[in-house]
Amino acid sequence: MQWGSASEFFAMGGYGLYVWTSFVATALCMVWEVLALWRRRAAACAEQRAALLGSTDETTA
Amino acid sequence: MSIGINWLKYSSPQAFYPLAGRLIPWFACAAVALMGVGLYMGFFVAPTDFQQGEAYRIIFVHVPAAWMSMFLYVVMAVWAGIGMGLNARLSFMMAQAIAPTGAMFTFLALLTGAMWGKPTWGAWWVWDARLTSELILLFQYAGVMLLRTSIDDVRRADRASAVFALVGVVNVPIIYFSVQWWNTLHQGASVSMATGSKMASTMLTAMLLMTVAFWLYSIAVILARVRCVMIERESLPVWNDDEKPAVIQEVVEAR
Repeated sequence: MQWGSASEFFAMGGYGLYVWTSFVATALCMVWEVLALWRRRAAACAEQRAALLGSTDETTA
Repeated sequence: MSIGINWLKYSSPQAFYPLAGRLIPWFACAAVALMGVGLYMGFFVAPTDFQQGEAYRIIFVHVPAAWMSMFLYVVMAVWAGIGMGLNARLSFMMAQAIAPTGAMFTFLALLTGAMWGKPTWGAWWVWDARLTSELILLFQYAGVMLLRTSIDDVRRADRASAVFALVGVVNVPIIYFSVQWWNTLHQGASVSMATGSKMASTMLTAMLLMTVAFWLYSIAVILARVRCVMIERESLPVWNDDEKPAVIQEVVEAR
């Protein structure tokens, strides 16, 4: 291992800003994509449910 | 048939929906595990580069993201082509599900590339062949998605975006070979099928682990998205009894 300390690790030999921006941006994009899909699924399920329950209301009325 | 599984069965959304649901956790867990190992290798095992210092470590996200951006475009175009040829709904749904993830990796390839370019070339952006063709790829993904949202009729939207995706596939070899065909500021391939690898083996291992992890992540996310597309498109209970999505099951139980 080439890191003497934690601060040395985060400094990345002076390139910390570039290296960590790359990795954090990638992680954020992936987390955002998963969360967006979660919400999209919930919305699609809610719409299905509303459509199905709506149609049953009409037939029972 | 010699193998006991009827693979054609899974070409219908009704059958593919539950299969995808069962596969997602496996791909997701494998992606997280490999990313963990890849990041450990990349930050703690791989040595410092003698030319670029620690800045080179951006390679562990940059190259996998760039490879995925091109690979996903080809896969999207193949699904679009199958959809056009066989008029298969599931193929068009797969093409639709791939586009956002491909666009995300293209954006990340460009962003991490800028982060690498600034310390090594002194510029965030240059109009060289590799960078410009990758930027065009981002526009192509945007075009495929915008074309779909701009056409109300789903079948026409499927066909229009499929034609757009298929025509645009010519850009993928241009991106890949741009560093050979033109004199670019972007460095040449570090890993080549012809000459092998020019990197230290631990660097290469970390990069390949991250690539496989991104690949597994893409499969998990695309399967999750194609399930959303199926719920959105197949509006009412067209599903088989034992394979219907949970939402319909809930509604049936609520009655």
